[in-house]
Amino acid sequence: MGHKTFDRGVHPSYYKELTASKRVERAPLPKTVTIPLQQHLGAVCEPIVKKGDLVIEGQKIGDVKAFVSAPVHASINGKVKDIELSNHPGGIRVLSVVIEGDGTAKEWSGAEIDLGSIAPEALREAVREAGIVGMGGAGFPTSVKLAPPKGKAIEAVILNGCECEPFLTADHRIMAEEPGKVVWGLKALMRATGASKGFIGIEENKPDAIDALKKAVGATGIEIIVLEAKYPQGAEKMLIQAALGRKVPVGKLPLDVGVVVNNVGTAVAIYEALNYGKPLIERIVTVSGNGVREPKNLKVRVGTSFEEVLGLCGGITGEGEKEVLNGGPMMGIAQSTLSVPVIKGTSGITVIASGKIKPEKYDPCIKCASCVSACPMGLMPYRLGDYGLKQMLANFKDFDGQSCIECGCCSYVCPAKRPLLQWIRMGKFFIRREAQRAAAKANNNKK
Amino acid sequence: MVLISFISMGGIGAALAGFLAYADKKLKVEEDPMVEAICGILPNTNCGGCGFPGCRMLAEALLKGEAPPNSCVAGGSDTAKKLAAVLGMDHTDHKRTLAVVLCKGGNAEAERRASYRGEVSCTAANLTGGDKSCTYGCLGYGECVEACKFDAMAMDDNGLPVVFHDKCVGCGACARACPRDIIEMHPEDHKLFVYCRSRDKGAHAKKVCKVSCIACGLCVKDCSVSDGIVLKDNLAVVDYALAPQTDESIKRCPTKCIFFGIEERVTKASFFASQPKRTG
Repeated sequence: MGHKTFDRGVHPSYYKELTASKRVERAPLPKTVTIPLQQHLGAVCEPIVKKGDLVIEGQKIGDVKAFVSAPVHASINGKVKDIELSNHPGGIRVLSVVIEGDGTAKEWSGAEIDLGSIAPEALREAVREAGIVGMGGAGFPTSVKLAPPKGKAIEAVILNGCECEPFLTADHRIMAEEPGKVVWGLKALMRATGASKGFIGIEENKPDAIDALKKAVGATGIEIIVLEAKYPQGAEKMLIQAALGRKVPVGKLPLDVGVVVNNVGTAVAIYEALNYGKPLIERIVTVSGNGVREPKNLKVRVGTSFEEVLGLCGGITGEGEKEVLNGGPMMGIAQSTLSVPVIKGTSGITVIASGKIKPEKYDPCIKCASCVSACPMGLMPYRLGDYGLKQMLANFKDFDGQSCIECGCCSYVCPAKRPLLQWIRMGKFFIRREAQRAAAKANNNKK
Repeated sequence: MVLISFISMGGIGAALAGFLAYADKKLKVEEDPMVEAICGILPNTNCGGCGFPGCRMLAEALLKGEAPPNSCVAGGSDTAKKLAAVLGMDHTDHKRTLAVVLCKGGNAEAERRASYRGEVSCTAANLTGGDKSCTYGCLGYGECVEACKFDAMAMDDNGLPVVFHDKCVGCGACARACPRDIIEMHPEDHKLFVYCRSRDKGAHAKKVCKVSCIACGLCVKDCSVSDGIVLKDNLAVVDYALAPQTDESIKRCPTKCIFFGIEERVTKASFFASQPKRTG
């Protein structure tokens, strides 16, 4: 092999061949879209349109003043049918704007502008106004990443083209089909952050994307780093370690080692925002899995329902019980209904049909330490799991449970089928709740 | 030979005993005998209802004057009286509090949107929004029952937790365990409750649960005291300072989610008598 990589991790089956060589198709215009006002980490947006308003594609429909936030935009021309709580792929219900389309669409185009002519501050502002968030899944507002606190210099920008999650090929197709936009987006990110170096990290299992990017990069000095295909290579901290050999200290951000990591899809979104004036209203979604009749890579408007997207791929097939996931099988969230919208962070819709999804019965821990040798963060999941489940929060904190990146490697390798990640998430929930209650109590005492 | 063994072993024994006796006197940790006395009065179940990690911590706090004598919620007024006497303080009356489960959407009333196969616990199920369509209601995996140290709760056949009036000491462990904050602690004289926590709009709330508060406002109109009941975030909220707890005028609730919980108060014996599938 000989490719760069991080310590530990797992090698799941990838199943990328289902869609890896399929060109991205543009989905037809949806009749209605449901656009949640929270598609990012941070504060929920407030609607700035009313029921009955006419909106045009790309018009801002929700915004909030908070620093960690990103506005949302209408993804089709039409009329605001309703503003109500609606299902969100995260399993919660979020205030959403429902738009009924009038069947027309806007053409977004424009000439490539000269990056040297835009000030870094203007770039950051444009990124925020376009509502761009990390498109790998977590949805962290990109403009926040581009504004490092004073005294912290950013030296390098890494574009994340690893796509280590099984089934998903959205980033792969972006790199293979639009390498020029990716490279331009990276240059814009470097200008916005003042970074002198740019890297693109790709797993070795995407040779066509590597070739295309190498051609597009030319002699710009941007380095393409080929990485081993291993899960979770695309996790921010793993990627930094693999590509630059730097370890992000516990409880710190990539900023603290002078690095910013962005998804390749985000780079393309930045290209389109700056050159076409197009906000983030459309994204590439991989629809795959053995429960999909015709797996595809689709360019879908934000707010299109899962049901409609799956319909474009021939619908759900296969025997027995099925599981529909927002994302891939390792980190994706199982959905209870198909009437959830595609959001900015939906990199894929995976449908698993396995005949019978058995209730997982787990056995006692045999202390084999498989989870310890798999955890990319170097944690001890078997202990953290117990601490989370039993609410032993002091121990949970001592063993750095808070730095768990929730990649799921521990649950994946556990021979006793113990739901370790779920327990660790419980531990994190208990800590969050404890903090909230302490704050509420302090507030009451003040009164 | 035997004699040498006796003498040597006896000698070592005597020397060590002497050392221990000396250490016992010299290294003794001085402790306020009052702590022991107070611990004798407290229930020693370490329920945490007082806000301290355990009964001993409360005893120490009581001695330092950092907690009032009626702090022990589990012990009730008897304990408060005894503590006040021991501490030489005025006896402040202890008001009994009880846990109230503010959700009536059991398996028969509330729709489930998914089948959940993870860890059997409310917190675990709640991490991704829970398997019930209502994102505010009781998940029914019994984390509160597990948290109760006084044998005062059980899950009924409908998948809802029940609080036994005769057993509940008001420690609040169940309320703290519930990830959705459905259980509230109320003084015994509170009788009127809105048994729903859904802040969803009426149409959706009614769709997912037959006994949800749909925020129609009838109870607000019926209440004999203005502002005794108010609508807040699509939910009727009782103001216990204003609303009369014996007011019988509220009976038009279309989903029957607001009512006087007096008849609700079951005892352990009556609960197990009413649940055919269960045995005590």
